[in-house]
Amino acid sequence: MISRRNFLAASAVFPTLSYLSWTSAFAATPKNVLVVAMQLDNMTSLDPHEGFESVGAEICGNMYHKLVAPNLEDPDKVDPQIAESWTASEDGKTFTFKIRKGLKFSSGAPVTAEDCAFSLQRAVKLNKSPAFIITQFGFNADNAETAITAPDADTVVLKTENPTALGLLLYCLSANVGAIIEKKAALDHAEGDDLGNAWLRQNSAGSGEFMLKIWRASDSVVLLKNPNGDYKGNIERIIMRHIVDPSSQLLMLKQGDVDIARNLLTEQLKGLEGDDSIKLMQKSTASIMLMSLNQAVEKLQNPKVWEAFKWAVGYHAMQKNIVPMTYVVHQAIVPEGLPGAYNENPFEQDLEKAKALLAEAGYPDGFEIEIDHYSAPPYPDIAQAIQADLGKIGIKVTLLAAENRQVLTKMRARKHQVALSSWGTDYFDPNSNVDVFCINHDNSDDATTRPFCWRSHFQDDKIAKMAEDARDEPDPETRIKKYVELQKYYMNNSPFVVMMQSSVVAAMRPNVEGVRLGTLPDSHSYAGTSKA
Amino acid sequence: MIRRLKSLGSQFGSVLATLFGLSVVTFMIGRVMPVDPVIAAVGDNASQEVVAKARAAMGLDEPLIVQYWHYLTQVLHGDFGQSVLTHNEVASDIAHYFPATMELATYALIIATVIGVPLGIWAAVRQDSLTDQIIRVICLAGHSVPVFVLALLALIIFYAGLGIAPGPGRQGIIYQDMITPVTGFLTIDCLYAGDWDAFRDAVAHLVLPVSILSYFSLAYITRMTRAFMLDALRGEFIVAARAKGLSARKVVLNHAFPTIAVQLLTVLALTYAGLLEGAVVTETVFAWPGLGLYLTKALMNGDMNPVVGCTLLIGLIYVALNLLADILYRVFDPRVS
Repeated sequence: MISRRNFLAASAVFPTLSYLSWTSAFAATPKNVLVVAMQLDNMTSLDPHEGFESVGAEICGNMYHKLVAPNLEDPDKVDPQIAESWTASEDGKTFTFKIRKGLKFSSGAPVTAEDCAFSLQRAVKLNKSPAFIITQFGFNADNAETAITAPDADTVVLKTENPTALGLLLYCLSANVGAIIEKKAALDHAEGDDLGNAWLRQNSAGSGEFMLKIWRASDSVVLLKNPNGDYKGNIERIIMRHIVDPSSQLLMLKQGDVDIARNLLTEQLKGLEGDDSIKLMQKSTASIMLMSLNQAVEKLQNPKVWEAFKWAVGYHAMQKNIVPMTYVVHQAIVPEGLPGAYNENPFEQDLEKAKALLAEAGYPDGFEIEIDHYSAPPYPDIAQAIQADLGKIGIKVTLLAAENRQVLTKMRARKHQVALSSWGTDYFDPNSNVDVFCINHDNSDDATTRPFCWRSHFQDDKIAKMAEDARDEPDPETRIKKYVELQKYYMNNSPFVVMMQSSVVAAMRPNVEGVRLGTLPDSHSYAGTSKA
Repeated sequence: MIRRLKSLGSQFGSVLATLFGLSVVTFMIGRVMPVDPVIAAVGDNASQEVVAKARAAMGLDEPLIVQYWHYLTQVLHGDFGQSVLTHNEVASDIAHYFPATMELATYALIIATVIGVPLGIWAAVRQDSLTDQIIRVICLAGHSVPVFVLALLALIIFYAGLGIAPGPGRQGIIYQDMITPVTGFLTIDCLYAGDWDAFRDAVAHLVLPVSILSYFSLAYITRMTRAFMLDALRGEFIVAARAKGLSARKVVLNHAFPTIAVQLLTVLALTYAGLLEGAVVTETVFAWPGLGLYLTKALMNGDMNPVVGCTLLIGLIYVALNLLADILYRVFDPRVS
């Protein structure tokens, strides 16, 4: 028989263990260290010419400079970064960049035109996921060294295959794939002909404000101040910790164990309203939430049906009730914050009109349809709201929730009926989205290019023509106007129901200053950050 | 001697067959899963040309059986392939994540055993008394409350509310990168490095997740111990022992307990194996870089090399622990020869 005394002694193990914790000091984070809690799993490479996911893009954006950078206040402008000036030839095929003097890589070596030309050539030769952003100008592995050159120490010359709008080229060069890396560092660490790719996945060689100390996948990323860079604040080290659970992120932020929490959801953010101890920063990002109506499905082929969908959805109610702080209503394919975005939202819920449209299309009693959607929040709630809205006009919806990648796999196989998914913009130009939503020249199953609209079997020659026309327009103002016209037309004449645009929110301790969030992940910047 | 060798050989053979079967099943499931691993490798926005190149580089354009053959020959050469998501060798990823899980699991098992076994015995001895009822309620909660509720509650109370426990993570910020991994057990590595502050920090970070995990294991261990013990106490040899006038404590500890110890070993081994698979939810809430999270994420992305690698490891653990239990049976139970 165990005596009560023995049992008590045995169970005393618990408090004894936790006693250890009482004696540890849990101080606030040191002043020269910025600690960020975020979901770090969405990245596979920190080589800026390879990585193509949002988290990796943000980190690369803080480690590398490009020739030019988007202006965060005015999306229609481009700021000089490594280049101090540029000119375009009259035929629109030769572009000359003058390099700013005095810039240095984190190794201390000066940034030269040679490095710039090498970097762009490297992006083309590696031909990884983001390469199309610059190879669309006609660069390829064979011509890279002749089309991208550094005739002297401060000049870089790019020769495009076809006449190119300067705006488009500049915006494309401002993407991470246009990052300038140190040639010597990359070649010193090259394995075979990988141009340093394996090494740069987990190391950095840039001229940005910070440099990479270590990346442990699904654990943490540590950045150090680039001693030779421009950074003026008091942060010596940025520690990004992989905290998956948003509730845990919030707790850590409130306790002062982290300075910034990046993945809080509406339910956590609601609780922070009116809380003076936490600052919130919100910025609309270039990611849209939309429904794609597959044109291989017969009942979804009538344009009246497309319209019925668009008038049936309760955009504003959904936004207000489900995602008030993390999404805004947006109905055009180019997200707000990008040049050429059309920010009017003409559609609102009008069930009578939607019903009438369905009847005109020959479906007075509606029909049955399946909607595939992501299982991660807020998608299930949004999907249910859509199900209820469409139910009111007689469309009986079956919801199929699945893991994000599974939905994408199905869409890429063109097997969905309707898919509720998201689309993120690749580079800071309207063409980034317009290209994939509008231009589909080969609608066959084994097409060699498979843009987003191909997945839903959508092909419209008029729209494609408008998109190409806007893309190649040399005059910047006319170009923007053409994009706006295109989006207005597209809204009414496409099987894509764009509903909302996501926002990124950073919840911060009050002593953190100068964090900037951009429209694209690669412009979320810590360059001006300091801690009081 | 020859018989023993033979039995050893057949055991080894069955281990190999188990692992082989596991690898086939996991590999095939992975390949027929409706998730395209290429998306994980190059992203959803990549051009078709890049997608096709990546698919060929990953060998996914070949027939399933050829893919498996490649994989098998690779594994037999000790190469478990690369993870698409981390770009690391699966073996080195596992070497990084598994010790974190193992540390958690080992401490949790020790505590669950130290508390659960006596609790179970106590409940059995006092069958149907108030003590038994209370213990039953405690265990019931361990079976029915979802882990994340308890884990979050623990964080809210002890970390956010009282401020006596550290937050999620394995280490405090200031100790990050200070300790060179030797064994992968952070507590042991800290001791090895002679850094007492880091050791205390590591132990403090273990307290909450270990308590949560041990509570859930404890519920199971207690219930099983109680059941075994009740059974044992009904035995005639107990009546005999009591008739001899032995004290109640001697009857329970010296006569009844040894007979259930062997069964308990199996329970403990299985519990340990369960813990070693990685507790995904606990790891998520406590931001613990363990095997469970690694495996789940790989699975969601169709990143099959890590999935098969981890499955083989887990399979191996089960087989090894079963073997160990077998051996211990032989040592402790004179009826098994």
